[in-house]
Amino acid sequence: MDLRFTPEELAFRDEVRRFFRNEIPAEIRRKVSEGRGLTREDYVTSQRIMNARGWAVPHWPREWGGRDWTAIQRYIFTEEMLLAAVPLPQQFNCYMVGPVIAAFGLQAQKERHLARIANLDDWWCQGFSEPGAGSDLASLKTKAVREGDHYIVDGQKTWTTLGQHADWIFCLVRTDPAAKKQAGISFLLIDMKTPGITLRPIITLEGRHEVNEVFFDKVRVPAENLVGEENKGWDYAKFLLANERTGIARIGLSKERMARIKRLAQEMPAGEGTMWDDRDFRERFAGVEIELKALEITQMRVVAAQARDPGRPDPASSILKIKGSQLQQATTELLLEVAGPFALAAPERSAEPTNDWPFDHDWADAAAANYFNNRKVSIYGGSNEIQKNIIAKAVLGL
Amino acid sequence: MDFDLSPEQAQLKDGVERLMAANYPSLEARQRIAGQPLGFSERGWAQFAEMGLLGIPFSEAEGGFGGGPVETLVVMEALGKGLALEPYLASVVLGGGALRLAGSAEQKQRLIPAVVDGSLRLALAQTEKQARYDLNDIAMTARKVEGGYVLDGAKSVVLSGDSAGLIVVSARTSGTRRDAEGISLFLVPADAPGLRITGYPTQDGGRAAEIAFAEVRVADADLLGEEGEGLPVLQRLSEYAIAALAAEAVGAMAALHALTVDYLKTRTQFGMPIGSFQVLQHRAVDMLIALEQARSMAFYAAMMIEHPEAQERAAALSAAKVQINRSCRLVGQEAVQLHGGIGMTMEYIGAHYFKRLTMIESLFGDTPHHLRRVAAADGLVA
Repeated sequence: MDLRFTPEELAFRDEVRRFFRNEIPAEIRRKVSEGRGLTREDYVTSQRIMNARGWAVPHWPREWGGRDWTAIQRYIFTEEMLLAAVPLPQQFNCYMVGPVIAAFGLQAQKERHLARIANLDDWWCQGFSEPGAGSDLASLKTKAVREGDHYIVDGQKTWTTLGQHADWIFCLVRTDPAAKKQAGISFLLIDMKTPGITLRPIITLEGRHEVNEVFFDKVRVPAENLVGEENKGWDYAKFLLANERTGIARIGLSKERMARIKRLAQEMPAGEGTMWDDRDFRERFAGVEIELKALEITQMRVVAAQARDPGRPDPASSILKIKGSQLQQATTELLLEVAGPFALAAPERSAEPTNDWPFDHDWADAAAANYFNNRKVSIYGGSNEIQKNIIAKAVLGL
Repeated sequence: MDFDLSPEQAQLKDGVERLMAANYPSLEARQRIAGQPLGFSERGWAQFAEMGLLGIPFSEAEGGFGGGPVETLVVMEALGKGLALEPYLASVVLGGGALRLAGSAEQKQRLIPAVVDGSLRLALAQTEKQARYDLNDIAMTARKVEGGYVLDGAKSVVLSGDSAGLIVVSARTSGTRRDAEGISLFLVPADAPGLRITGYPTQDGGRAAEIAFAEVRVADADLLGEEGEGLPVLQRLSEYAIAALAAEAVGAMAALHALTVDYLKTRTQFGMPIGSFQVLQHRAVDMLIALEQARSMAFYAAMMIEHPEAQERAAALSAAKVQINRSCRLVGQEAVQLHGGIGMTMEYIGAHYFKRLTMIESLFGDTPHHLRRVAAADGLVA
């Protein structure tokens, strides 16, 4: 039993750390750290720097750009990325559709898409959720009817994250209305420029345009864009959702945010001193820090188990998403507390900081925005209640 | 980075778990053991000695078996799972730890073999009625006289204090009540003249004692460590105790959680197992999360316990205790709630786990105490 990394792993960590801190533009990392919205260009710039280094998709199969890293190296890589406030490689590209195409796609699909996915030449978004299919995803209704060498897609997807930037959307569609729930679903790749697709922004409560509704009206999709077998889409979706769970707890992100909260608390006047001098605040801060340390070790346990036995599921992994999302939210609460009354201001510039902010605490409006926005992390990707259902069944046998 | 036990450690775990299963097959068996004169089984203690458990933390040169923090973790977790009554914490971790950290070559040579073979049990008399968890808060005095010291004062809740042959006691050789300097440790035989030991049962089925010292005379050779240098030793002992209790708590929480899940599967109401109710399922999952977070911090405590930087080490152990305490509270309370009425009864083993977990919270620093320490230490170091 040993918590330490090997000398080789430490050398790897230092190399990765230097790369992230020296090569990814400071302006992009500052926006991530402050929780400002990134532009499409920011994502593309960051990911192409990583891809040029061969590090955009290290978890993919080697022939498509993967690095054959150990689970521990992948863990180190992701944590260092989060700690340096580097935007993760575009999630839908690199962690979702890419691995699915690499695992189940036709050779022609792999050749057409994978390199472009890795380099963010094409921006992909996810068409899973529907107005009537949230936690109960398998009840989705968007249908695809085969007509010759095309599918005709009709329906609506929602909560499509950053769909406004997207060139492509990967969708779960119902291809067999007679089959029971999961059995009649297929996985389809759709070019966003296809006639009949309309995208409507949804402005989330903090005022940002992060998610969208996507409408499909008699959209003709070439049959060659089906991934794998017809009516097997649910299997691919499950594979996708199980893919790359090590980063799910976002420990590095929470640690980076805690360091920033401490810095801001030390600057924020309160009473005769600063917020940091307030014992109650310090104890609340310590309370979150302790849980974060515990979760970090829980995550290391999962990673070590994966490194030893990649096939075996570890019960501890199931708690990462729940606890990780709770702690992300707890950090946003602490930041909101540090911002205090200054969190009230809501200028119409939440995406970009300006220099003409009328008071000193020019980060405070983002504190509130991020607090609001982060309520999502216990909802998306299977709400925490759904996660508990899964654990109760799979781990506890209830 | 790995969290696996070595083959020897796995064997140790297996051995202690089997011994626990044999000696504590039921709550009735535990009650019978608790009813014995010392509050535990002397036969069981002899089995601990035969298995080598009593020599784990001592080096081979000292007459022990050269185990480390992981071996202690393995043993304590198994004792927690078995809800054991043997004074392992008091005698081996605390008393033995004091000998190991502060004993002279002569003291070690004289005493460690007897601790290891089970013929001598130790206890640590530290807490005083005004002190709560402050290790430096010591009013008891040790006055230097020709050839030795005279001890006067009183100690409270000395764990297993009425079954020990030799008491490690902290007393002031100089300074005033809350000074960090001037604390010394002494080895006092339980039958020393002037010593009054009043034993009593504890809430968790164990034993503790109030010990009064009235002009108790000890020799120079009974001073443990340097005069006035006792506080760092007490701080280290507190850290070892936290690491050991963390492992014990994890063992007890895992057992209690398993009992609870089992109950949810078998208890039927409204014509179905109550475990089919989502609200109860989610609470069982909350217990699991608390257990796994505690397990992680028990590992963390084991791995930080020999960390060379005192401040980082202290913050780490305090952090571990906060998590352990919080998890003990949640797992214990939820277990009783999910069991319903049966969880409220003395005849149900789950209730005894709950009581032990609650007492663990109060030992060597409760949640506010350690949270304050982590906050004051300026947080955890990466």
